[in-house]
Amino acid sequence: MTRRARVLLKAAVWAACLAPLAGLLYRAATGNLSANPISFITNWLGDWTLRLLLTCLAMTPLRLVSGWSWPVTLRRLLGLFTFFYATLHFSVWLVLDHFFNWREMGADILKRPYITAGMTALTLMIPLAATSTAAAVRKLGGRNWQRLHRLIYVIGVCGVLHYRWLAKKAIPDPYYYIAVLVLLLGIRGWFWTRRAARLAVASPRPSPQRGEGA
Amino acid sequence: MLIKRGGDVQGSDIGGSEITPQAVYLNRRAFMVGTVGAAALALAPRVGLAAAPPAGQPLAAARNAAYALPDALTKFNEATTYNNFYEFGVNKDDPARLAHTLKPRPWSVKVDGLVHKPKTFDIDEILKLAPLEERVYRLRCVEAWSMIIPWIGFPLSALLKRVEPTGAAKFVEFSTLVDPQQFPAQKKSIFNFASLDWPYTEGLRLDEALHPLTLLTLGMYGQVLPNQNGAPLRVVVPWKYGFKSAKSIVRIRLTADEPKTAWNKSAPQEYGFYSNVNPTVDHPRWSQASERRIGEFRRRETLMFNGYADQVASLYAGMDLRKLY
Repeated sequence: MTRRARVLLKAAVWAACLAPLAGLLYRAATGNLSANPISFITNWLGDWTLRLLLTCLAMTPLRLVSGWSWPVTLRRLLGLFTFFYATLHFSVWLVLDHFFNWREMGADILKRPYITAGMTALTLMIPLAATSTAAAVRKLGGRNWQRLHRLIYVIGVCGVLHYRWLAKKAIPDPYYYIAVLVLLLGIRGWFWTRRAARLAVASPRPSPQRGEGA
Repeated sequence: MLIKRGGDVQGSDIGGSEITPQAVYLNRRAFMVGTVGAAALALAPRVGLAAAPPAGQPLAAARNAAYALPDALTKFNEATTYNNFYEFGVNKDDPARLAHTLKPRPWSVKVDGLVHKPKTFDIDEILKLAPLEERVYRLRCVEAWSMIIPWIGFPLSALLKRVEPTGAAKFVEFSTLVDPQQFPAQKKSIFNFASLDWPYTEGLRLDEALHPLTLLTLGMYGQVLPNQNGAPLRVVVPWKYGFKSAKSIVRIRLTADEPKTAWNKSAPQEYGFYSNVNPTVDHPRWSQASERRIGEFRRRETLMFNGYADQVASLYAGMDLRKLY
């Protein structure tokens, strides 16, 4: 991929990631946030947080399936935008919905599984966002950095559960997000197993000593 | 009464060319303010603007001062564009967007079960059954938002007395119309695997159904009930969460056993038979202590029995409302 193509790709991703926010601001300016604006804004930001999170999680499977390398270069940008939308989503809950009623929110975090899951996802995003720079990768060492960033899988699971647990059972959307997450993790799992099998063939482990194992 | 009754004009007498197309009707305000406005509103569905609600036929009713509230009324535009009516779809704007698919006339309601005089009523007959009155009620959704709505109707007891419930009748079951042509979300498809079982059924204990607050409702805001609000008739049970107030009713059945209700079948641990508004009993997934009144910014505290405790608390004397939620 040429430098020019890389710049264009990044610019396109920036535009795509900012479009939902622009759409929301446009709706706000045109008085089109439904009769319950706070709920509308919360849901809008939550939906886009999940969509970006799953897009971010789709980059590695896309590379594995297609053989292209460029998707992986977008992970940081997509991850940071996910964190950006998650923070906005949380801020609306904090400021507009509960207006800093800490007691009520504290009780909700402990008592309501969907809020526990959402808060867990947001909290786990903080170290990932904080270590998103090249300097942080050098400081941590590639291996540790990679280990830390596997938290994205926990965040993904918490994110879709957050939505599933807050929505009524008759709402189909949370199941679609779960299906996409399962598919994306499934593709990774499939390639990992295949690689593990290849490695095992290439360098067979010594057979277990008699008496070890069952 | 401004509703046309009897044999003056039949729908079939009107040629298709004489009927204003729905889109023009919905956009008639824009039509009046000129082409620029019309163009903007014509684009509305594409950019997702809420369609202007169709102003229905006026429905005259005497205001009942006993059911006035100091609170400001919810705007008509908000009460008709922010609805839960899963027969149209699961999103709040689906009912207003798809309301034109429902045909509220002709319509009849079968009232049967444990009654001495079962009868199928025509909607026009129901309109004449008792004097229509306007009552302003609080509406509290189980999702923790609320509205203030001027309904038009008469106590459900007036209808139930007509059919003379037998001594064995203990409950009343309401069923909403099933017709996938009129209610798009009732169409079978792989995308509504999660949907409710149709028909939507709801139920009340007979004493709740006969309570003077329980309103058989035919209109709101001085008009015939808009389709998205449950045309042509629904019940309104103001001390219970909104989903208890069944819409677009085609059957009312009196029973000896507690009827199965739609949301209870979908999630029994979340939606009990009683579903009285109660700030001290949380929904398993969220608090019911406060609510957001549509049109207001800050949450307000939810009132016991939605503010109707004086009238209805005695119905539940001695009951554990935590268990019988």
